[in-house]
Amino acid sequence: MGGSEDSFRALERTVERATEAGDDLTVAVVENPDSELAVEAIRERVEAFLRESAVDADVLVLEGHAGSRLVEVAEGEGFDRLVLGGGETSPLGKVTLGEIAEFVILNANTSVTLVR
Amino acid sequence: MTRAYPEEVAGPYDPPPRSFEDSEGRELRVHAYGEGPAEDEAEALVEMYAAFDPEDRAQGIPPTGEDRVRAWLENILAPDCVNVVAWHDGDAIGHATLVPDGEDAYELAIFVLSAYQNAGVGTRLIEALLGAGREEDIDRVWLTVERWNTPAVNLYRKVGFEAAGNGSFEMEMAARLVD
Repeated sequence: MGGSEDSFRALERTVERATEAGDDLTVAVVENPDSELAVEAIRERVEAFLRESAVDADVLVLEGHAGSRLVEVAEGEGFDRLVLGGGETSPLGKVTLGEIAEFVILNANTSVTLVR
Repeated sequence: MTRAYPEEVAGPYDPPPRSFEDSEGRELRVHAYGEGPAEDEAEALVEMYAAFDPEDRAQGIPPTGEDRVRAWLENILAPDCVNVVAWHDGDAIGHATLVPDGEDAYELAIFVLSAYQNAGVGTRLIEALLGAGREEDIDRVWLTVERWNTPAVNLYRKVGFEAAGNGSFEMEMAARLVD
């Protein structure tokens, strides 16, 4: 979660799916230079959403380069899937992928899901 | 995100209308949207996008399916956008657009039907669009292009765009229309 609108959309859908499937969920909050929200504000919004949804999920704050930290934690701690916001839409309607998603797709050995 | 614009003005190009013979010998015309030969130009564009090769889509546009195409066109044919259309007799065969980004600049996109590609149509169409934009006092224009789409990147460079930002998949390019 880097605080962009698509990251919150990804959170909502992931909570829905994880609840249906009975999956364990960990939410990672990262520093996104393109986002206007500070890490602490993102974490508060994530935690509020998890409380509302009555979902028990760990929330991690990953400092440093967002993409590489996500890949490192996913692989190091044995997660079987990374879910990310799948991009914003430009004024013209083009899908534009954020830098974090690009890095993760190109570098992760873990399966990656982009939420549109 | 800060975007670097070139120092030099692109062109300057003349606004439409313009007519030319493409490299296949077809007589084509470029008109501002609303001044072309078809009675219902929006409908002519819907038909053009229905014939658009799905392989030529980029970054999700044009959308697939007539309903989505209509909704998308409604957005980009709005009065605050600039649109030019390339015509072969009564058929729309190319379309280029400038859409305001809410931050005093405009995003550009251009589409040419595959049967009319590699014939010099894109160059004429984009030059006419930049000319129309300049006439509307638009001074900054940007676009994103998939890095591997060499023909498109070369076209944008040729008419005055320069790389303006970094992404792995998409490259951002920008042009200045007015000093």
